[in-house]
Amino acid sequence: MQIREEKADILIIGGGAAGCFAAITLAEEYPGLSVILTDKANIKRSGCLAAGINALNAYITPGHTPLDYARYAAEDAAGIARGDLLLSMAEGLNRVTAKMEKLGLVIQKDTEGNYVTRGPRNIKINGENIKPLLAAAVNKAANVRVLNHVNMVDYLLSEGKVRGAWGIDITQERIYLVAAGAVICATGGAAGLYRPNHPGHSRHQMWYSPFNTGAGYAMGLRAGAEMTSLEMRFIALRCKDTIAPTGTIAQGLKAAQINAKGEEYQKTYGNTTAQRVHAVVAENLAGRGPCYLKTQGITSEEESNLEKAYLNMAPAQTLRWRETGLSPRTVNVEVEGSEPYIVGGHTAGGYWVAENRATTLAGLFAAGDVAGGAPQKYVTGAFVEGEIAARAAAEFACQNPPSDATAEIKNSVVSAVKKYFTKSPPSTFDADSLEEAMQSVMDEYAGGIKTCYRYTEASLKLADAHLKRLAKLSDSLRAADFYDLMKIFELRERLLLCRVLVSHLAARKETRWPSFAAHLDYPDKDSAYEKYVNSKLVAGEPQIIFRPLVKLPGGEPQ
Amino acid sequence: MSIAIEKEKCVGCGRCAEVCPGNLLVLRDGKAGIREVKDCWGCTACVKECPRQAIFYYLAADLGGAGGRLYAQDSPDTLTWIMKWPQGTEDIITVNKNKSNEY
Ligand SMILES: Cc1cc2nc3c(=O)[nH]c(=O)nc-3n(C[C@H](O)[C@H](O)[C@H](O)COP(=O)(O)OP(=O)(O)OC[C@H]3O[C@@H](n4cnc5c(N)ncnc54)[C@H](O)[C@@H]3O)c2cc1C
Ligand code: SF4
Ligand code: SF4
Repeated sequence: MQIREEKADILIIGGGAAGCFAAITLAEEYPGLSVILTDKANIKRSGCLAAGINALNAYITPGHTPLDYARYAAEDAAGIARGDLLLSMAEGLNRVTAKMEKLGLVIQKDTEGNYVTRGPRNIKINGENIKPLLAAAVNKAANVRVLNHVNMVDYLLSEGKVRGAWGIDITQERIYLVAAGAVICATGGAAGLYRPNHPGHSRHQMWYSPFNTGAGYAMGLRAGAEMTSLEMRFIALRCKDTIAPTGTIAQGLKAAQINAKGEEYQKTYGNTTAQRVHAVVAENLAGRGPCYLKTQGITSEEESNLEKAYLNMAPAQTLRWRETGLSPRTVNVEVEGSEPYIVGGHTAGGYWVAENRATTLAGLFAAGDVAGGAPQKYVTGAFVEGEIAARAAAEFACQNPPSDATAEIKNSVVSAVKKYFTKSPPSTFDADSLEEAMQSVMDEYAGGIKTCYRYTEASLKLADAHLKRLAKLSDSLRAADFYDLMKIFELRERLLLCRVLVSHLAARKETRWPSFAAHLDYPDKDSAYEKYVNSKLVAGEPQIIFRPLVKLPGGEPQ
Repeated sequence: MSIAIEKEKCVGCGRCAEVCPGNLLVLRDGKAGIREVKDCWGCTACVKECPRQAIFYYLAADLGGAGGRLYAQDSPDTLTWIMKWPQGTEDIITVNKNKSNEY
């Protein structure tokens, strides 16, 4: 078993939106510190931004303030968001946008040179190449070394501090041990927990990246970090089958949402993100589905612009329109809800962090979708958090130089890997079959698509029992190569996250967000739950902690 | 949904394997191949990266697919998408990289 050892002042795990921006910040502001950034893929196209994105969804447009943005995000989350985190994020949105434009992002401007808005909080861009642009900037940084195709597995701990991490190099088939003064976790959120919309051939035609498997959450939980609000799941309302974003049509074209009878239904349900998903579920259950975005009758020019916009972020949609001949001008676009995800950049689930994005573990900082408490971050919010975490990590690293991993740590890492390469006893199961089993359990007992996102105390108990069983079975998995090994680690991350998620769902005995967390035993909102549901692993078992709300100045709407 | 590789066009440069966000593409005997078609996310990073247009994206039957193939040709200022249909015709859409989306 080959081991490579590396050392740096700061280790960034995950080179997506947040991780790349953290690296760029460290290059500009702390050129004297050495930085290693590892990503499980190549940062040119890794993570959520792989295909490109279609707008900057978080921007303070003229006439609005960061506080307006924070209030909107808190209201959309029915009050369960951190005022301090939202404000510090919102205050940086326009600054990082200007920086991204300098890196080459095309942003639409009017004749006076002002950005063109797409709605009250977003601006129009060509986001197809946003990831290659970020990667190029990171690769240029003299003090940043990028290790592509290195999938991190666990933190290195010493005296209660996070002192680096270890992982596996998929292409070179070796172990990496990276000792660091401080670590920034930016591994994104988690998809693939629930049975997806198309469980067969197209199982990965999903909105969120199926390669963001919740590694950061699992690593944090295993090391004893505190998580928050995992029960605030995110369910995306998407174009049927292609799971392509709907905002381009809904906001870009101001298309109405209608049911099969042609009625505009949204007003009956309210207009938060959760309510928009719930509206489609409820219309379908009431026999008025399917639901559509009303595009019939748009002009040919509008249609051609839509086709191009989708090619820049979700090409499947344009192919589908052309292939079926059911163009948006002639046929309305059907919508459906996705399977639930954990995404701290859309809803609030993730690490419990301080305003400087320090986690509850010394030496560990979190940014982007893996960090909790600040919903509606989107890509620009992830940039801001990358920036904030980078500065705090740099300060910490200056006081805590990296030290080599001990022989004891090295040995334990090697045996954690070797275990999966032993030939006997052979396993009856493979990671794929256990993943499918986990997704069925979550779907049926923890509020997946099958139950229209609803669950009961009894069903959650069953989910927990099955997840424990599957975790045990996963001990016996065997790998043929390092890619296989990564799949095993991914499964184990997801299983752990699912267990903690289930305990969060059980702990919030109310229904605050329809669909996102719909508890059939407690179908109403309850003011007793105007608090955060947090958790930690204690001796391998999820333990729930309630914490009081951190409100915005002037309080926040409940 | 997935991608497929036209082996006769592939020159084994490895660029697709380098950029796949899921590490799904591998070179075997000098040709690119996908480990498991069901694991593709459809991000089309490999489709855009291939200098020989040897990779196409398709919608499988479960997504309403009807045999169309989506190829891309990248250049500094434009991204050209080529859709080839089973009956032999094709549609081409060229996107100007220096121009923002209208929506
Ligand atoms: C399809 C889609 C479309 C979107 N469109 C828009 C949009 O139009 N506008 C907008 O503002 N926002 C959009 N978003 C949201 C935006 O992309 C995310 O908010 C943002 O990318 C989050 O940044 P992140 O760094 O947390 O995660 P990511 O950008 O996903 O980065 C996480 C990185 O961590 C790496 N990683 C994961 N696990 C490991 C591990 N174990 N070891 C090493 N590396 C690891 C991944 O490979 C990845 O590179 C979209 C998201 C998706 C999924
Ligand atoms: S489309 Fe994306 S996920 Fe699929 S093989 Fe190509 S690069 Fe990988
Ligand atoms: S990028 Fe194209 S030519 Fe190069 S290895 Fe991949 S399929 Fe073959």
